[in-house]
Amino acid sequence: MMKLKPAMLKQMVRVVIGTRPDELTCSECFEELDRFVEMTLAEKDAAEAMPLVEDHLRRCRDCHEEFEALLAVLRAFEPTD
Amino acid sequence: MTERTNQEWLDELQDSEQGNALDELRALLMRGLRYALSSRSNVTEADLEDFSQDALLKILAGLDAFRGESRFTTWAHKIAVNTAFSELRRRRWRDVSLQDLITQHEDEGDFTPVVLTDLAPTPEQRMTQQMMLEMVQRIIMEELTDRQRTAMMAVMMGGMPLEEVARRMDSNRNALYKLLHDARRRLKKRVMALGMTPQDVLAVFD
Repeated sequence: MMKLKPAMLKQMVRVVIGTRPDELTCSECFEELDRFVEMTLAEKDAAEAMPLVEDHLRRCRDCHEEFEALLAVLRAFEPTD
Repeated sequence: MTERTNQEWLDELQDSEQGNALDELRALLMRGLRYALSSRSNVTEADLEDFSQDALLKILAGLDAFRGESRFTTWAHKIAVNTAFSELRRRRWRDVSLQDLITQHEDEGDFTPVVLTDLAPTPEQRMTQQMMLEMVQRIIMEELTDRQRTAMMAVMMGGMPLEEVARRMDSNRNALYKLLHDARRRLKKRVMALGMTPQDVLAVFD
C-alpha cells in the first residue's frame, strides 16, 4: 500500500478543496485559448468573460505555460486593433 | 510580409497554388517560436524548423476547424506553440518512468509529519495536523483507484506533464484530466463530509 508524504497530502488537500464540478479539459480550454488571449491583449476582462478558461489555466501547469508563451509572442509581434 | 484578413489567409492556403501565403505563414510561425523559446538553450534552429513545419501541417489539415473568432495568425501561433511545447515536454521527460516519480514521493518511514515539525507548531496543532493527514491518507486509499493515485502523484508532486503521464498509462491528456477531475471530486466530497468548511480544512495546515 502506498503511503504518502505529508507535504504531498497537504498539496492534495489544497487542490482537492479548489475542485469545481464544471472544469474544462485541456482540449476544451485549447479551443477557446485564441479568443481568450486576444481578449487579454486588448485589456478586456478575459477572466470575467471566460471564467472556465481562466479556471483551467489556474489549475493546469501545461496549458498555463502555453498561454503565457502565446501571449508573449502576440505582444511582441502582432499589432492590436 | 503581406497583411491579410482571415478570409484571405484561408482562401490562399486552400488554393492549390498557395503562392506566398504558405511561406509567409511558415516564417511567421518560426519567428514566433524563436521568440517564445529564446530562453531555452536546448532548442536548435533545426528544431524551430521542425516545429513550424509540424504546426503548418496541422494548420493546413485543420483549416475547416478555424472558427474565425480570433485572428487567423493568433490561431496559427496557438497551434505552433502547442506543437513545440508538446515535443519539448516529451523530450524532457523521455527517460523518466512513472515508477521513478512515485518512488520519490512515497513515504518509506513512519508517518511523522516532518514538514510540520519543522515549523514548530504547538503540540495541539501537531496533533490535529497528524489526525488530519491520517484521515486524508485513509480517504485517498479508500476513494481512489491505484490508477488515479499514480496519476495524481506523478502530476502533482512529480511535476510530470499530463500528456506524458497519459502516454505511460496508455491514455490521452483529456481522458487523464477527466480521471483526475473525478478523483478530486470524490476526495472533495469525502473531505467535506468531515463537517468542516474548506477554510477550516486548509487552516489545519497553517
